[in-house]
Amino acid sequence: MLTYLRKRIISSALPLVVVVVGVFALARMTGNPASLYLPLNATQQMRDDFTARNGLDQPLLVQMADYFGGVLRLDFGQSLRTGQDAAAMALRAFPATLQLAATTMVLAIILAVIVGCWAALKPNGIADRISSFISMAAASIPDFWLAIVGIWIFAITLGWVPTSGVTGASAWVLPIATLLLRPFGVLVQIVRGSMVSALSEPYIKLARSRGAGELRVVTHHALRNAAAPALTVAGDLTVGLVNGAVVVETIFGWPGIGKLMIDSILQRDFAVLQAAVLLTAVAIFALNILIDMGYALLDARVRPVTVKA
Amino acid sequence: MNSAADQATLPRTGPAGVTASQPHDVVLQVSGLAVDIRTHRGTVRAVNGVGFEARAGETLALLGESGCGKSMTAKALAGIMDPVCDLAEGTIVLNGTDLAALTPKERLKFAGPELGIVFQDALTALNPVYTVGTQLGEAFRIHRKLNAKQAKAEAIDLMRRVGIPEPESRVNSYPHQFSGGMRQRILIAMAVALNPRLLIADEPTTALDVTVQAQIMQLLRTLREEGQMAVILITHDLAVVAEEADSVAVMYAGNVVESGPVAEVFADPRHPYTKGLLESVPVNLERGDQLRSIPGSPPELHDIPSGCVYQSRCPLVQDICRAQRPALRPAGRRRADNAAADVDQATSATNDGGTAGRPVRTAACHFSEEITNA
Repeated sequence: MLTYLRKRIISSALPLVVVVVGVFALARMTGNPASLYLPLNATQQMRDDFTARNGLDQPLLVQMADYFGGVLRLDFGQSLRTGQDAAAMALRAFPATLQLAATTMVLAIILAVIVGCWAALKPNGIADRISSFISMAAASIPDFWLAIVGIWIFAITLGWVPTSGVTGASAWVLPIATLLLRPFGVLVQIVRGSMVSALSEPYIKLARSRGAGELRVVTHHALRNAAAPALTVAGDLTVGLVNGAVVVETIFGWPGIGKLMIDSILQRDFAVLQAAVLLTAVAIFALNILIDMGYALLDARVRPVTVKA
Repeated sequence: MNSAADQATLPRTGPAGVTASQPHDVVLQVSGLAVDIRTHRGTVRAVNGVGFEARAGETLALLGESGCGKSMTAKALAGIMDPVCDLAEGTIVLNGTDLAALTPKERLKFAGPELGIVFQDALTALNPVYTVGTQLGEAFRIHRKLNAKQAKAEAIDLMRRVGIPEPESRVNSYPHQFSGGMRQRILIAMAVALNPRLLIADEPTTALDVTVQAQIMQLLRTLREEGQMAVILITHDLAVVAEEADSVAVMYAGNVVESGPVAEVFADPRHPYTKGLLESVPVNLERGDQLRSIPGSPPELHDIPSGCVYQSRCPLVQDICRAQRPALRPAGRRRADNAAADVDQATSATNDGGTAGRPVRTAACHFSEEITNA
């Protein structure tokens, strides 16, 4: 297990470097921060000073070498905008995103498993048709539209929840409901499909022949076999959310990593953008390792072979 | 019905392998069993009016070619039919209780303690994500409410009983870590876990190589003796029937066409299909000789003829065979003895129920007495 983890961590280092290099180069193509941060009537001298002070006059490769040197000392640079440590800003924003993503996914998975299993019990039955309609709709509704309609109905017209911000539990309702819908819809269909095929396997018949009731057959025998495809898709969907539910965070003023990234792109706040991207990338690699460990936990056949002493 | 169900689920005391059944008691009596399959082209009857009986400590073979309804019959007995199948008619009386009249939930109480089933393909029949110990112990957890540790101890005992080496360490292995023969042993262990009165073995050796086949049949025989189980062996292998079974019911296109003690049926078949099957066994053939087979193929379930089901392939076919389906009637040498038995009962291949009575010879052919066996 440890050997496996070590291998995974080493093999994920290169992609991380590639991601940072890409973001580093692309961000600098958006233009010179000097034209954003200095007044319109700033002289060329002032612009050159600003550029030199922030090291932006160096060739790209030199800047990059400097940056990576800093990263190795865990120095991720300062925000141009606030002068704060870029890593600290990213780390401050990240928990808000993680909380939102985790709550959303946990709820989506629980609901999808219940509805998906219910639908799979009788393929093409009434439950199946209803859940198929609901899940198709849920997976297809665009989240920005839903967010705005949600604000209009529940925040403005009914006044039940705040329009934006993180003020108490009620502020969580609309963002989570908005984010939940698509993962829920997609997962219902995955769970339903893999449950239908798991339930038609001979081992299910054999479990019934041992006297296992319907509930035991579904939760004990079929669900664990059906879990792998759902886990794959759930992992993918979680990556989308951890990456910053940019649209939803922006609409609801949620102070998460997605909003931080958008702000720092608009402000040409390169150090913060790089720190945010790097943090997200690390989180996604960690998530992928967790998913792989999940597969191994579910099914002995995909466990890394351990050599017995 | 409830009282019967309760009675049957009373915990049976006594050491492993001892059940209440006396040798040769009729444990299972099936009559008029019919199974319908709902298809896109309408409902078809896959099993039609099948009847037989299984006795404690004896093996009944259900013999027939692919698609004749023998596996469907087994699944109907065990209550594990596919969702598109319906039990249309008939009774399945197991030790005094008609399983066919129970709700699926009531039937669960019988699945395990009264009736066990062994499938053909042991790899797909075992759940890949649980250890064999967990799966072997499940019956004890469900029916005897044992905890995980006790169930595991029972699982180890079972593994030892079916001849799996080092059961203490193998109990934590997963199905894919066993060989085909060992997996089949585990499947058998699972079926006999609670010492059922009836064991249904659905082609238990078809997927195995010949040496392992012999071991598995030996194991089934030993377990049958230990527990005085009635065994229903489903197979298409005439040699297995001849060696293992006491009585045989030959099925064709969803019907039992002939039944009786194996020795009598094989020595003196009274149905042209049985005769054709027996003649297709290669005996004293030279290399290069033509193998004998029954010409034609069984009818599609969608258009089973109204007369005799075997009419299209029968060498003896007459007009009456196309007009009228022959009932299962007493036949063969013991016909005179059997004629005294009630004809209605005879059609379900049973005699009047005496524990010492032997299975009746029956055949469903208008001309069963005209078949000559040289």
